[in-house]
Amino acid sequence: MRYLPLTEADRQAMLAKIGAPSVESLYADVPNGALQKAPIAGLSNHMAEMEVERFIGAMARKNIGTNEAPSFLGAGAYRHHVPASVDHLIQRGEFLTSYTPYQPEVAQGTLQYLFEFQTQVALLTGMDVANASMYDGATSTTEAVAMANRVTRRKKAILSGGLHPHYREVVETHGRHTGFETVSAPLDATGKEDLAKLLGPDASCVVVQNPSFFGHVHDLKALADAVHAAGALLIVVVTEIVSLGLITPPGEMGADIVTAEGQSIGNPLGFGGPYVGLFAAREKFLRQMPGRLVGQTADVDGRRGWVLTLSTREQHIRREKATSNICTNSGLCALAFTIHMSLLGESGLNHLARLNHANASVLADRLAGLPGVKLINDSFFNEFTLQLPKPAIGVVEELAKRRILGGVPVARLVKDKAAENLLLVAATELTTEAEMDALESGLKEVLK
Amino acid sequence: MTTPNPLTNTISGNRGLQIEEPLIFEMDAPGRSGVDLPAVPQHKERLGGLKRKSEVGLPGLGESQVVRHYTKLSQKNYAIDMSVYPLGSCTMKHNPRLNEKIARLNGIADLHPMQPVSTVQGALEVIDTLAHWLKTLTGMPAVAMSPAAGAHGELCGMLTIRAAHLAKGNARKRILVPESAHGTNPATAASIGYEVDPVPADDRGRVDLAAFKAKLGPDVAGTMITNPNTCGLFENDIIDIADAVHGAGGYFYCDGANFNAIVGRVRPGDLGVDAMHINLHKTFSTPHGGGGPGAGPVVLSEALAPYAPLPYVTHGKNGFDLVEQDDSGKAFGRLKGFHGQMGMFTRALSYILSHGADGLRQVSGDAVLNANYLQASLRGDLSAAFPGTCMHEALFNDDFLEGTNVTTLDFAKAMIDEGYHPMTMYFPLVVHGALLMEPTETESKTDLDRYIEVVQGLARRAKGGDATYFQGAPYHTPRRRLDETLAARQPILRWKPEQAKKAAE
Repeated sequence: MRYLPLTEADRQAMLAKIGAPSVESLYADVPNGALQKAPIAGLSNHMAEMEVERFIGAMARKNIGTNEAPSFLGAGAYRHHVPASVDHLIQRGEFLTSYTPYQPEVAQGTLQYLFEFQTQVALLTGMDVANASMYDGATSTTEAVAMANRVTRRKKAILSGGLHPHYREVVETHGRHTGFETVSAPLDATGKEDLAKLLGPDASCVVVQNPSFFGHVHDLKALADAVHAAGALLIVVVTEIVSLGLITPPGEMGADIVTAEGQSIGNPLGFGGPYVGLFAAREKFLRQMPGRLVGQTADVDGRRGWVLTLSTREQHIRREKATSNICTNSGLCALAFTIHMSLLGESGLNHLARLNHANASVLADRLAGLPGVKLINDSFFNEFTLQLPKPAIGVVEELAKRRILGGVPVARLVKDKAAENLLLVAATELTTEAEMDALESGLKEVLK
Repeated sequence: MTTPNPLTNTISGNRGLQIEEPLIFEMDAPGRSGVDLPAVPQHKERLGGLKRKSEVGLPGLGESQVVRHYTKLSQKNYAIDMSVYPLGSCTMKHNPRLNEKIARLNGIADLHPMQPVSTVQGALEVIDTLAHWLKTLTGMPAVAMSPAAGAHGELCGMLTIRAAHLAKGNARKRILVPESAHGTNPATAASIGYEVDPVPADDRGRVDLAAFKAKLGPDVAGTMITNPNTCGLFENDIIDIADAVHGAGGYFYCDGANFNAIVGRVRPGDLGVDAMHINLHKTFSTPHGGGGPGAGPVVLSEALAPYAPLPYVTHGKNGFDLVEQDDSGKAFGRLKGFHGQMGMFTRALSYILSHGADGLRQVSGDAVLNANYLQASLRGDLSAAFPGTCMHEALFNDDFLEGTNVTTLDFAKAMIDEGYHPMTMYFPLVVHGALLMEPTETESKTDLDRYIEVVQGLARRAKGGDATYFQGAPYHTPRRRLDETLAARQPILRWKPEQAKKAAE
């Protein structure tokens, strides 16, 4: 077996050194009857590389990937171009096959890129500090609510109707089981909700997504003022991080915590994971933040270096008193994010964001011209909501038969009669005119 | 401070292949970019009047600069690709590159999670096939695939247990957790409102069965036990423990971090386990990536299966279905966005198929053999924490350093200079000055022998009275010991533009 270097002679020599008659004898503590003698049921013996490629390759070929069909899906996961050097660099063994940087002298590489990542996230969101990543945008948002509960010593979170339904469900799940209340505003397809009226003296936070799940771009300043007046925190969620290259960042609109999904930069769609959760906050809340933090320090020779810091918040030190149980995060996805963002730079990110917005804007005009189709949004970044003349799930199925991945039906994520005919459509820098033609004519046909 | 040697000082501060590297923000030239993009087409701007006015503050670099920067950073890391990575409890085994190739296949890496189910039948088949093998290997009837990591899996398993109790009308209050547990166990139980009741270890490094039974009662929701445990030992009373907790109406959560020791040989389902997470980034070799991403699917018993979170894959009339909304009302909820760590699933499936039935049994056998070989070889120079053989990791205490003025930390730092990543230190907490070594099955005897020689040599050097050497180590790394107190007292967690201005003045 190619991954197992011991030879039979090695094994015999090692057993002799141990003084054990056989490998099986080392399992003497396993209770009688629990030690399996029979081979693993139904599993063939080891496969050659080419056999594994054939086996899983056959499964891959049963799918229609976004690289081979015009694709307009978003809803929290976006198809962007990842520069070739990103995937090359993250596959360097020194990054790929290293552990969490608990021994800083031999992990300065990981620690420095995480410090750069934290800086990039803080800059993008307009916040003071950011952590070294969470699992994804949804879990990051849940951690933000838990943090707001700690900071305010209150236990009620108000969730916008424009929040991604998965994010809402993850927060509600934690609320139900960890003892905080959630008030979810009704689905807000039109982007006109008034969250301030839900505020009371017991609210710990308001969670609002920008651009919203339906694509609307909101000025959050007035909401922030109302939230702060009520003694609560404003948590702003960003599911398309590229938008911050073109839109006023949450930090400039009064956000206390910003959580985001970082997949769009550096990471493939990958059927939903692994992704990378971003988490940024005001400096005064630093010691209440969840997750790993990398800090600057000096070594015994006085040279600048990096370490994991403030770990007295974390589970391996605090155990049951930790701010979160998180341990493993999304290190390598954060690296992909950091490298891609470094390649883009100020001008590249701005260009990328403008290109996304422009393609979406052009596409929106074309689709809104179709009979019976209505564009819901006045404002959006690279994704908007269409009201179709019939249920969107069926329309998308029909488009798929024509090998067009036509968008995300809102009803796929929420059971709500009012959402039945709503379709989310996204465009990115990868969207071509030919793809827009395909969707426009496909939709026309399907809606006939 | 060490005295710099003027004879070997360099002008640049570089030392051969150890090259000093600034932060990316300190290499800026405004306007430059490492990405070329097509021109922006004519369009109507619809940003709701919220166009960004401020600069983000990102530096501008060309591709060659970025590639060099991150290449140089990578060279400051230790990695499993370089040598033995004996971090106990972390299972740092070789990461096959085939798995990287498989995860990047077209038709997998380019799938959007919200595509119509009819267009992703192969992806659901990957998830279903991996789920099948995880259930088979653990002897459990169900598995929740969505948790993103071990600790996330713990949360999933404990929420399932809580939901099962709630269905009977009472969530109960206490969770029994051995003192040797990973920190995530008590953190998880406490995060969902349970009181953590610690169970002492006996003098054999196992759960003290009598103490465990004495703590059981109608308010105990269950127990979280790692098996093989964090001392590297199989809990030989495990079936009695399971029976006892079931007898009290509680559930048995098993921390599967150490599944590598028993994969293909022992099925946790046969031991009375109700829920167990599997770290795909340990046993099934998805890369640790400097601290993630991981994946932590949770296998579940018949009793807990109905409460598993959304989403899950089922076999429907027209192939595979993905259940994303709950009609039964039993699922405890949702743990993350979308469907789980697909990129880790494909890698783990590739790993399982590559090894096959014969290879997986050899994995656990060789992992246990390698650990015992380390223990037997080092017994004379180090002090084993417990008598007898071990499972996949060998645990030592710091008795061998008594009177040397060398601590476990000093010893670990000296290993770094010898070209090895240190073992896990000061964990588990039940052993004084613990040194926990997990070699895994992917080390050859030749590499282990070299490692053993170095550890023996260091132990002898410590006993020989060379404490000053150890206290100053490491000497040959990109940075020497770093001041963690300073970092925590005056936290600097990001670069700031003012720093650049100050540097320019």
